[in-house]
Amino acid sequence: MNQKRWLTILGLFLLIAVMMVAGCGEPAEEQSEEPAEETEETEGANGEETDQESVSIMLGGSDSEVNVVARLAEEYMNENQHVSIAVTGGGSGVGISSLIDGDIDVANSSRPMRDTEEDALRDNHGEEPYAVRFAVDGVAVLVNDANPVEALTVDQVGAIYRGDITNWSDVGGNDQEITLYGRQSTSGTYVFFMELVVQGEYSERKRNMAGTSDIVEAVIGDESGIGYAAIGYADEGGVKALNIAADEGSEAYNPTVLENVTSGNYPLTRPLYQYMAGKPEGALLDYLLFEVSDAGQNIVLDEGFYPITETDRVFNKNALE
Amino acid sequence: MVSITEKTMRVIFISCGLAIIIFLAGILYILLSNSMPGLIELGLGPFFAADRWNPGAYGEPSYSLLNMIYGTLMVTLGALIFAVPIGVAAAAYLAEIASPWEREFFKPIVEVLAGVPSVVLGFFGLVVLAPLIARAFNLNSGLTAFNGAILVGVMALPTIITLAEDAITAVPKEYRHASLALGGTRWQTIWKITIPAAFSGITASAMLGMGRAIGETMTVLMVTGNMVARPESFLDSVRTLSAGIAIDIGDVVFNSTHFHALFVAGLLLFLITFLVNLLADILIQRKPEVNK
Repeated sequence: MNQKRWLTILGLFLLIAVMMVAGCGEPAEEQSEEPAEETEETEGANGEETDQESVSIMLGGSDSEVNVVARLAEEYMNENQHVSIAVTGGGSGVGISSLIDGDIDVANSSRPMRDTEEDALRDNHGEEPYAVRFAVDGVAVLVNDANPVEALTVDQVGAIYRGDITNWSDVGGNDQEITLYGRQSTSGTYVFFMELVVQGEYSERKRNMAGTSDIVEAVIGDESGIGYAAIGYADEGGVKALNIAADEGSEAYNPTVLENVTSGNYPLTRPLYQYMAGKPEGALLDYLLFEVSDAGQNIVLDEGFYPITETDRVFNKNALE
Repeated sequence: MVSITEKTMRVIFISCGLAIIIFLAGILYILLSNSMPGLIELGLGPFFAADRWNPGAYGEPSYSLLNMIYGTLMVTLGALIFAVPIGVAAAAYLAEIASPWEREFFKPIVEVLAGVPSVVLGFFGLVVLAPLIARAFNLNSGLTAFNGAILVGVMALPTIITLAEDAITAVPKEYRHASLALGGTRWQTIWKITIPAAFSGITASAMLGMGRAIGETMTVLMVTGNMVARPESFLDSVRTLSAGIAIDIGDVVFNSTHFHALFVAGLLLFLITFLVNLLADILIQRKPEVNK
């Protein structure tokens, strides 16, 4: 009798525990599953071939780009059922080395190719590298909501990340030591931030988080924290994106306002690239033209990135015309 | 007929046994063949230099594992300091004091604890424990070695409890009876007789828990902050070897120096866990001698 009662209690306890575990696990899982699902969907379109000869294109690389490119590919395939496009992630470095190895047709990269990589591509394929900029990404500098600091210059952010400025009072904040949060060395954002902002070695006291959402979590929980993330993450409650000025004399702009980014006033923006070996033609060219068309740029905007600027369109002429 | 079935089964079972050896040899081969180019290119020195892990450097890259080794030791030893006393006490309770229905109640809970995915524990550490630690010790950030040690300790607890309980149960009844007959209380019997008699088994349980703790990755990755600087105290952020590998391996360029350096870190981690497990095994082997 007694034992049965305990078994019931135990059963209930386990049920609650399982529900709690499931509840905690969900947010983390959702994000990681998303790209996989979309890749599956793009593969799913494989089967629906029409009378036209089918073409398959493989894209891979930057993790920041994988969602938006998968969405673009999906929309394109709805209109052009003879083309199948597969999109994978892995990071900009992985994408570029796969392109050099000939495993994929297009490398998504959130940074420009290095000279050594371009040489390797020429050696392996006998073709020139061609690049298209199809979207603009901005990096927001995040601080805790309670932090009184509203604006910094690029130089100040750089000095903070180099470890030259270690207290918020040096940049007009509270007398508090600054805690640095960032990404791992192979993330495209790490390289972008290092070259554009830090312009030197990152402080060795920078805490490295596993992903962008971990950076945001950490800054939410740390009044003295500073972090960087794609602009889409700046909307979270508990953190705010700092206004950033190009230098001391100029005005500071907030990245959450669309015009500041598209006008080029916000200094921490980067174009997102797609690299290929040789000038694109046929279905690939058609797809790239779709990406930079109005319809494609609306999708880009919809996915939390920004449309390309006039300079980017001039840059694209080499590959697309 | 029977002998043929018997022979086939024998072959199947032998190949299953061999498969394990093949897997281990394969892992060791991959580790060695991928870390060798790194060791040849850089030599052993840079991996243990008083520098930092900075493969994506603005200037010259450096590959020192030293601070990560400190980080691994701090998290692992901290986890043991937390988990061994609790684990052994819980094991003694389960083996000696708990009534049968209490045991039936608590043992499944220990198993549930073992089944909690490490990413869930990591999320708990990041969102709940880190802010608590920050407030308790008046820190800016709770992402510290201390946080990692507690969570890894929790992960090692089931291993320690289960194995220590086995070791305590294996102590012959006569020992306890003799102690009780001489007028010893139950506490004295457990503290002075049973636990010392099961000592080698308990040490082995701690070593196996340690093996679990050294390799633990996801939780540590999420809650220790992964700073590459040399940690100043338990309340400073650290990066462990396992987390260091996990952080970089995702998008390192294949066959680069950085890639091979990560395999050197993996090889080092493998050697440490191998030694710890070997030591635990030797201790378990010694158990019957002590008990008889």
